Amino acid sequence: MSALDRKVLRDLARLWAQGLAIAMVLAAGVATLVLGIGAQNSLSETRAAYYERYRFADVFAGAKRAPEEVADRLAAIPGVAAVHTRIKEVALLDIPDQSEPATGVFLSLPVTGRPRLNDFYLLSGRLPDPDSRHEVLANETFAKEHGFQAGATFAAILNGKKRDLVITGVMMLPEYIYALGPGDLVPDGRRFGVFAMPYKALAGAFDLDGAFNDVAVDVLRGTTEAAVIDAVDEILAPYGGVGAYDREDHQSNAFIDAELVQLRSMSFVIPPIFLAIAAFLVNITIARLIALEREQIGLMKAIGYSTWAVGFHYMKLVMLIALVGVVIGWGAGWWLGRGLTRLYGDFFNFPFLIFTMRPDIYMIAAGAGLAAAVVGAVNAISGVVRLPPAVAMSPPAPPRYRKLFTERLGLLKRAPMALTMALRNITRWPIRASLTTLGLALSIATLVGAMFAEASVDLMLEATFFGAERQDATLTFTEITPIRAVEAARQLPGVLRVEPFRTVPIRLSKGHLSERTSLSGKPLNGDLSRVIDFDLNPISLPDQGIAMSDMLADLIDARRGDLVTVEILAGRRETHEVRVTAIVQDFFGLSAYANIATLNTLLRDGNAVDGVHIAFDANDREDLFARVKEIPAIAAIALQGRSLKLFRDIVERNILTMMWVYTLLAVVIAFGVVYNSVRIQLSERARELASLRVLGFTRAEVSFILLGELTLLCLVAIPLGWVLGFGMAWIVIQGLQSELYRVPLIVNRDTYGYATAVFVTVAVVSALVVRNRIDHLDLIAVLKTRD
Amino acid sequence: MTNTAFRTETLTKVYQTGDVAVHALRGVDLTLPLGEMSVLLGASGSGKSTLLNILGGLDTATSGRVWFEDMELTAMGQADLTRYRRDHVGFVFQFYNLVPSLTARENVALVTEIARDPMKPADALARVGLEHRLDHFPAQLSGGEQQRVAIARAIAKRPEILLCDEPTGALDSQTGIRVLEALQHVNEEFGTTTVVITHNVSIRKIAHRVINLADGRIVSEHVNTHRLQPSEVTW
Ligand SMILES: Nc1ncnc2c1ncn2[C@@H]1O[C@H](COP(=O)(O)OP(=O)(O)O)[C@@H](O)[C@H]1O
Ligand SMILES: [Mg+2]
Repeated sequence: MSALDRKVLRDLARLWAQGLAIAMVLAAGVATLVLGIGAQNSLSETRAAYYERYRFADVFAGAKRAPEEVADRLAAIPGVAAVHTRIKEVALLDIPDQSEPATGVFLSLPVTGRPRLNDFYLLSGRLPDPDSRHEVLANETFAKEHGFQAGATFAAILNGKKRDLVITGVMMLPEYIYALGPGDLVPDGRRFGVFAMPYKALAGAFDLDGAFNDVAVDVLRGTTEAAVIDAVDEILAPYGGVGAYDREDHQSNAFIDAELVQLRSMSFVIPPIFLAIAAFLVNITIARLIALEREQIGLMKAIGYSTWAVGFHYMKLVMLIALVGVVIGWGAGWWLGRGLTRLYGDFFNFPFLIFTMRPDIYMIAAGAGLAAAVVGAVNAISGVVRLPPAVAMSPPAPPRYRKLFTERLGLLKRAPMALTMALRNITRWPIRASLTTLGLALSIATLVGAMFAEASVDLMLEATFFGAERQDATLTFTEITPIRAVEAARQLPGVLRVEPFRTVPIRLSKGHLSERTSLSGKPLNGDLSRVIDFDLNPISLPDQGIAMSDMLADLIDARRGDLVTVEILAGRRETHEVRVTAIVQDFFGLSAYANIATLNTLLRDGNAVDGVHIAFDANDREDLFARVKEIPAIAAIALQGRSLKLFRDIVERNILTMMWVYTLLAVVIAFGVVYNSVRIQLSERARELASLRVLGFTRAEVSFILLGELTLLCLVAIPLGWVLGFGMAWIVIQGLQSELYRVPLIVNRDTYGYATAVFVTVAVVSALVVRNRIDHLDLIAVLKTRD
Repeated sequence: MTNTAFRTETLTKVYQTGDVAVHALRGVDLTLPLGEMSVLLGASGSGKSTLLNILGGLDTATSGRVWFEDMELTAMGQADLTRYRRDHVGFVFQFYNLVPSLTARENVALVTEIARDPMKPADALARVGLEHRLDHFPAQLSGGEQQRVAIARAIAKRPEILLCDEPTGALDSQTGIRVLEALQHVNEEFGTTTVVITHNVSIRKIAHRVINLADGRIVSEHVNTHRLQPSEVTW
């Protein structure tokens, strides 16, 4: 090994702490990129494989009752590869030891063989006997939540009649990766289950012998789905067809899409910021580190090494540090990405997980990391290497300090010496001081950007569950019911308030833009289910026209006062021109709202409701639940309190876990920056400080001079970091917006406070580490050798 | 082939620092024969280091011309100057300028690895009496020892020129004598043209030629007919 290479290794050993700090900053940047994209990619690959293996369909439609022969006509639609018909019914469940009523979706199994489309994965147990009236398969989340295995029993109210059922096996379905019960905001395995039942048994219970009410269609590649959807709608219309839709509007699929989009934007938004910040920090740190090598660079040039040879020598050092960072970042990103994939994999119901590694992402991350280091090195090296060796070798001329402006005014006359020195030092190197400050501020900003989400999510939940949807429970009826059901609901035990609602699937369009969504009718001056404005205050719905969230309005480019087209996808399926009379705030889903009377007028089927929102006295809870289970007209009950709790769990799991990871990485970055700033300052000023010690300054005084400067820079950096942090939070928020839910941008005092506290802790720890070095400053060695 | 090592013509050097111009050299005309040991004397700030650095290709002149043998240094670019330093010149600095992370042997190897016909690093160190200190780091060596490593590093490539800027400036007299002995030994054994800057007037007695600088000009030049041995010099 050449002496020069040996120098590289020895320098690396000497600078290990600083080198590691730089490497960790870089690693944090690399890891964020690898982890986010890794998880996002693994999940979409997993989903694709799952869909492929279990033949998830392309187009879905429901009907009231269609004879089996209609299936052949559907199969004859050009571009249709396969058709699978079945019965799909919703029913209340009665589960032993559980007072809250639960809801089940019952799907019919084909008379022979497996479903042609939307197959299921049998996790354990066996298929029900095709002739049995009691045997069912249960989905995994429901079974797990209740501790049910093959042999477990429960009851369901099928078409008004209670039937005891026995579970013969546990399954997972590609159409219920995200298994959301009716009226629920979040999946709840305890209160919602999916069951597969032999066709004969289900058809018998619902009087659907020889008929189906649900169909899935596989479309040949290269066929436009829209044409197939229109054809399906036309064929099913006489049989009470409810608008066909494609995967994009399939509930479970759409939710995963939204999560994936969110995960993707998080992994395309945050990591580049982290990586850019890491690159900047590595850049300035390395530049200063190399500036310290000035004399050795001069020497090497003096004894005949070319500029290139010297440059390459330092480049090797930098590359080694950067490589360590990249490798750590790869490892950490891979590991965290797997963890995150598992987390999401658990949350969505996948029977298996495929972990993918995209080499291109690893390469991009490595490239960005190395480039950051190299650019920093090139800047610094070229600056020093340009100097004639004679100049480089002699220490830089003593800097020409100036009296401070304030000093000239006589203001600082009595300021302590250390403060004066620190201030002069800052004003002497304003660029260096600014860059250091910016570096410190950016590390505070990353902390803010990583930590703000919790408060924002809290506000979102607060506004939704206590400002807008304030009901205790939502009862959904099995079918459209006359308004007098409201009166009946009022008679239920413990019920304090009742408000009707009506929801229909619609296609909302303006110009060439359209969006499949639903239109919710609420009473004009509702007290339970309300809409809120942008200040989160409840507002009353306009009695004419429709209201919608800004997100939905943006999607179809509608403004207040515009006429939009509402195509109702159920019942008479009429199309209306309706005016947008209000733009409102909502954080969940994509819904349009209208006065229930207005909606009923559009629907032209009288004063009807789909269900009611109720407030009830918690003391009568058990009585109420027991009663609800006996009412055949109620298909489902959603409980707001439980939704809130579950939603918090989910958010904690998804967003906050991710945010914790980012916070951790932000701490690493902050530590790297602060530690390197002080450490390099110590090297730059070692002689000066040692001389002061020789002159009789105490260790504490000397530390104070060095750390005083850092303190001053931190004081400037903290407010700047807040501002940058708010900007970063804004960017992160953009990545969190989805049709699923929208997180408002809230950066509150707590967040700034926590971020600052973490930063200050990190700064103090770094300062203590460096202080320790100052205390052990070898005076003789510093003054004797010139390193 | 002439027998002149260096020749300068009205050499000037102006340092521009901010709004002040420092005239370090104000027209130096000098001829140094091959194989001689010359001493540059002069008060601090008289321009000795500046002259030496220009001769060694470490710095460039503001005006005037410099030749080494028949190469004109003032006409060369950075790359050629690097080659020149690498192939012909050995340097010894007042503050040794060793690489702290390399041992004595490795500090010498730093030069021998890029030289055309170098000695073995151990041989070079033996010549300055450091055969027992091969694997010590600079921090483990005394000032005199560090300076002798620097000399070993300078001579290991058998340079035609040896330029020393106050090599004994940081050393006590005993150690200084050992360093001077090493320099003289090299000068005699290899016929290396040697230029030594010093504040120490006694050293002039061991040199062939003594040049006095003041305020950027040569004020006197003296050739010794009788040279003393370093051990005969009183400090
Ligand atoms: N890099 C430099 N920048 C500005 N002035 C310099 C520089 N190097 C030397 N000088 C000035 O040039 C003059 C000659 O310096 P130098 O050759 O080092 O003197 P000597 O070696 O004789 O003490 C001095 O006045 C010194 O201050
Ligand atoms: Mg000098």
